[in-house]
Amino acid sequence: MERIYLDNNATTIVDPAVRDAMEPFYCHMYGNPNSLHSFGIEVRPYLHRAMEQLYVGIGASDEDDIIINSCATEGNNTVILGFYFNLLKDTRKKHIITTQLEHPCVRESCRFLEKHGVKVTYLAPDREGLITAKMVEEAITDQTALVSAMWANNETGLILPIKEISEVCKERGVHLHSDAVQAIGKVKVDLKEVPVDYLTFSAHKFHGPKGVGGLFIRNGASLPPLLHGGEQMGGRRAGTVDVPGMVAMGKAMELANTHLPYENTEVRRLRNKLEDALLKIDDILVIGKRELRTPNTVYVSIRGVEGEALIWDLNQNGIAASTGSACASESLEASPILTAIGADKELAHTGVRLSLSRFTTEQEIDYTIYVISKAITRLRGLSTSY
Amino acid sequence: MAKNDLIGGELWEQYSNKVADRMNNPRNFGDLTEVDAQKMGGRLVIANEGAESCGDTVRLFWIVDEKTDTIKKATFKSFGCGTAIAATDMMAEMCIGKTVDEAAKITNLDVEHALRDQEDKAAVPPQKMHCSVMAYEVIKRATSIYRNVDISTLEEADIVCECARVTLQTVEDVIRINDLKTVEEVTDYTKAGAFCKSCIQPGGHEKRKHYLVDILARVRAEIERERHPERALTDDFAKLSVVKQIKAIEAALDEYIRPALARDGGGIELEDVQPGENGNVNVHLRYQGSCKGCAGSAAGTLTFVEQTLRKNLSDKIRGVVV
Repeated sequence: MERIYLDNNATTIVDPAVRDAMEPFYCHMYGNPNSLHSFGIEVRPYLHRAMEQLYVGIGASDEDDIIINSCATEGNNTVILGFYFNLLKDTRKKHIITTQLEHPCVRESCRFLEKHGVKVTYLAPDREGLITAKMVEEAITDQTALVSAMWANNETGLILPIKEISEVCKERGVHLHSDAVQAIGKVKVDLKEVPVDYLTFSAHKFHGPKGVGGLFIRNGASLPPLLHGGEQMGGRRAGTVDVPGMVAMGKAMELANTHLPYENTEVRRLRNKLEDALLKIDDILVIGKRELRTPNTVYVSIRGVEGEALIWDLNQNGIAASTGSACASESLEASPILTAIGADKELAHTGVRLSLSRFTTEQEIDYTIYVISKAITRLRGLSTSY
Repeated sequence: MAKNDLIGGELWEQYSNKVADRMNNPRNFGDLTEVDAQKMGGRLVIANEGAESCGDTVRLFWIVDEKTDTIKKATFKSFGCGTAIAATDMMAEMCIGKTVDEAAKITNLDVEHALRDQEDKAAVPPQKMHCSVMAYEVIKRATSIYRNVDISTLEEADIVCECARVTLQTVEDVIRINDLKTVEEVTDYTKAGAFCKSCIQPGGHEKRKHYLVDILARVRAEIERERHPERALTDDFAKLSVVKQIKAIEAALDEYIRPALARDGGGIELEDVQPGENGNVNVHLRYQGSCKGCAGSAAGTLTFVEQTLRKNLSDKIRGVVV
């Protein structure tokens, strides 16, 4: 069976060009970049080039740092726990502001700090599913040390007004961290225009390999390392750098920016086609205004159809999508986004996310529309509530 | 945590073929109406269980021959995941041909067993066991409607774990008889908490009336009180005679503290017991072996000793290093 991958917000296929770029660093140029000898020497230029690609890719200046690490989860932990050790512990600033939309790695890091006396505000989204700069401004107190707000949401694709939020933070002298995992390659991330202090990303979300990520730190801002014990990354992250991963991430970043126009025209067109077809079915709700979302994501709530049951049916037909339905998870709490936009409680278990990439074809979308319509008819036929 | 728990994420690949098949092609779904009941000469019973906001609802239809109480036909509808659909389908099938009283004895464990491909391999992964519980509850609901009795009269004794159907009495007995000290042990002995884990502690998949952590703490406290009445945690500790105080402190040092210090080559001696301010009891202690002069013993070790004595004897205790 031909399979169709519409779960690109979970992870992506490695672009063959990226794989080609990393391949030589396994069996040929396998030196440790910290070595003095020729094996180390021959590797380093490639790392410099990867750095260059990453700096250009997100608009970092030479005074800034981009720490190569294992993933955005590591980066987010580094920032939030680092803030605790750096600031919160010893000064009167004991407040962090974040949002209810964040990935668990941000949310749980904050919860962890709450156990150590840090006050955390979790901003609830408005009826659009968004966080506004005004909400952030109103939550800032003279105790606030850090604001952590994602660039774009994984579930819905909703893009936060991160530029406005960054301006508020700058004005009030509060550091801003943004998890840009769902933004790179989908929307323009240019840190020359948006003054965030810390930014995190993972290569595997933009057609790079899993297990490598980046942490941007503006202008050498103070932040203690999470991993100690080596001089790598200027002492900011100990551990031998994943050389093939880093080279791959550089290449993937370059390609992400090259393909950004395609993402915003073709991928957007295909997403809209899928979304329009779904909206023709009765009692379907698409979460978030289309123009406020990343071009590849649609999150739908289908009345009477439990999310996991629908992705089961899609999977039976070779289509991969995902669900926030709690039946598959340990908690029964409805997604805060659904609650926030005022969706019925009954809809909490009906959410299904379809996320495209630049590798998605028109034929795949047509087939998906056909399969999903059939599955909805079948499951509604079984359903107590339709 | 162990080797097989570290990767995680497994769910659908653990379904039996029967579960997958019934998810794709349920045999007994659909509505039954009064017209159907009339045609078959039986009584229509419709029972609803669950709420969509909780992620699972099921509706069970029966046509029952009132002369013999036999279920002639059973169908269902369901809003739920694959396991819920497959389990409800199997449950409906198992009802057919049984009397209402026989059907009321079907449990989620029977349904799960019927869905197995192999006798010794579960039909669904542990975290999906609770999805079959609704199939069991809806039969109870249908029975109560048919018999026109309150559903509570059909409930069994206090159930702690719905997935494994373990009662409160069983959990308490097992802790006592086997002197269990951890929740993991309780789970190993009873299977309670082995599936959806909701009953282990608050904050899980669903709210429960009883939690294993609470039951364990309560029964452990009872056991400790019975075994060591002299150590009973009491505000009156300060009022005990000095001899009794010393005995209790020595016993606690022996059981909880000295073994821990001995691992690092250290030791501790009780020097004196003195009344302190505000009804406190000052326990004078002298470090032995490697604890003597150790930098940590002034702070970390003393905190440990003090906390342990307070927890086991009285929160009036204050440690003083001599």
